Amino acid sequence: MPDKPDRNAIEVVNVSKIFGSGEGQVAALDKVSVSIRENEFFTLLGPSGCGKTTLLRLIAGFDFPTAGEILLYGQDIAPLPPFKRPVNTVFQSYALFPHMTVADNIGFGLEMLGKPKGEIKARVAEMLKLVKMEALAGRRTAQISGGQQQRVALARALAPQPKVLLLDEPLSALDYKLRKEMQIELKRLQHETGITFIFVTHDQEEALTMSDRIAVMSSGKILQVGSPWDIYDKPAERFVADFIGETNFLTAAISGTGNGKARATLKSGTTIEATVAEGFQPKDNATVVVRPEHAKLTKDKGDLSGTVENIVYFGTDTHIHVQLDGGEAFTVRQQNTRSAGCGFERGDKVGILIGNDAAQVLRD
Amino acid sequence: MAAAEEVAKAAERRDVRDRWLLSAPALLVILLAATGPLLIVLVYSFLTPGAYGDVKWQFSPDAWISVFMERDIFDDTLSLAAAHVTIFWRSIKLAVVTTLATLALGFPTAYFMATRSEKTRDLWLFLITIPFWTNLLIRTFAVLQIIRNEGIINTILLKLGIISAPIQILYTDTAILIGMAYVYLPLMVLPIYASMEKLDFRLVEAGYDLYATRFKVLRKIIFPLVKPGVIAGSILVFIPALGAYVTPVVLGGGKNMMLSNLIELQFGQGRNWPLGSALSITVMVIVMLALLAYVRNAGKSGVRHG
Repeated sequence: MPDKPDRNAIEVVNVSKIFGSGEGQVAALDKVSVSIRENEFFTLLGPSGCGKTTLLRLIAGFDFPTAGEILLYGQDIAPLPPFKRPVNTVFQSYALFPHMTVADNIGFGLEMLGKPKGEIKARVAEMLKLVKMEALAGRRTAQISGGQQQRVALARALAPQPKVLLLDEPLSALDYKLRKEMQIELKRLQHETGITFIFVTHDQEEALTMSDRIAVMSSGKILQVGSPWDIYDKPAERFVADFIGETNFLTAAISGTGNGKARATLKSGTTIEATVAEGFQPKDNATVVVRPEHAKLTKDKGDLSGTVENIVYFGTDTHIHVQLDGGEAFTVRQQNTRSAGCGFERGDKVGILIGNDAAQVLRD
Repeated sequence: MAAAEEVAKAAERRDVRDRWLLSAPALLVILLAATGPLLIVLVYSFLTPGAYGDVKWQFSPDAWISVFMERDIFDDTLSLAAAHVTIFWRSIKLAVVTTLATLALGFPTAYFMATRSEKTRDLWLFLITIPFWTNLLIRTFAVLQIIRNEGIINTILLKLGIISAPIQILYTDTAILIGMAYVYLPLMVLPIYASMEKLDFRLVEAGYDLYATRFKVLRKIIFPLVKPGVIAGSILVFIPALGAYVTPVVLGGGKNMMLSNLIELQFGQGRNWPLGSALSITVMVIVMLALLAYVRNAGKSGVRHG
């Protein structure tokens, strides 16, 4: 994104976090390094237990790293207690104070910072307006709905104008429609406040729709950092390709590597052009991924051939599962039209055409 | 529709009846063992003392007058019963200080217990209840062994050369305070622990996140949320402390009389059952008023729960 300045808000340098000791020792984070730019909507994406929440807690100051540095605008904040960091958190459970009103919750951070009463009042009013909760300022937090609690939690964390806002799966407790609404709302808030957001989620769709950049994590490591497009279209590793969206894995013989591209000869004998994961020099054999929507089914001969195994209708599109002649499975996603069916039936002998620029060679 | 309503009503009636039947034994015990004797005490307080204890069935307000007033032997004039007021005041003061001391010791203890892992928590809970297994008298004598002039504290201090003569702790109000704080501490710890255990510690993290220092988190978040436990613990300690009998006798040496000693005296050597009864009821009223004031105050500044 050219309009984003290149300053780093947060730099995580070689951070490790080890829980427990001796035999029961678990490395929740293993020498993780990542830079998060100013004003960025940055997402830590991964399955539960991958270390994403641990990393967030280290940045917030609830836990301290076993090794490594966490820089906030160049200053190491790793040893600071949470109340000395200009960073605020939206908790998964919201963690609103049940003994205070909505307004008192939002004003709490400012009160603790020792701001004058008038300023707090004005800022709370501003925050209430920002999250559209003016009418409920005097309510107790137990008297408002989950979606409203979510808004209060956001307002409370934004009120002290933190340099970085941390969001720990804040949408996971909401139902589908509300979640969609809040996704848009969060993007709007991030845009309006200009605060750097670090968002933790296990929901790949949420990550793709909201983020400027995504870091995909697994087993305490960051596997790949990039824009949603990079992550989706140019996954570097099998885990990334598999975790985000659906994909087809094919083994291929690689030749003619260069310029980030290579020629991949599939089992069927066809050779296609593929992009290569960054910084990777493939040897003879490698895994190639093709997204289901980047392949086309044909009744003639294609790059691959097989038999239709199953057809699943999804409304917007249809997934056609094909058993390749070589034994592997391959799924093709086909956009639906109103008038006709998908044009194939179970048991049909079909060919699969892989489009130009549809294949990516994984680092594996 | 109407039939269903009938059935529901009948079921409800049956439910109510069953509840009364089931709680009848407990209610009976409460009535006979608690309310009944209290009524007798109330009646006795308005009667005339008998010559060898007991009461004469003759109405007299004398007992109530002498709770606070003293009749001069010679000219029958009434003056404030300074001795009684002093005893009341000392007892209340000691009960309040005991409550504060157990709170100061019990709150951190409960916090410590509630922040342990689930498994070790049970162990701590178990340890806290151990003193209950021992007879109160024995526990009190144990304290005596520690604080008497030849006791552990004084011996150690003398050996270390910090003091040249033993400090007189035993048979002072301080001794009573130490003994009561020790005996009643679990009654403070347990209710606070029960509240603290339910506390969502993510709220504590949220407090830290919003720039609250450790002290501010304690004052603004933890304390308001465990207040019901603090109130319950204070009540549980204050009431028995005000009426404590064994501890003041053993550790105070009976030198400085406490309310319970005064009351006991009336039923024993004093042979003035009506006065003893009137004093007992006065203590009850004081406790009730103190609790009402305390709960109302705590409720006002604190949280409306539920």
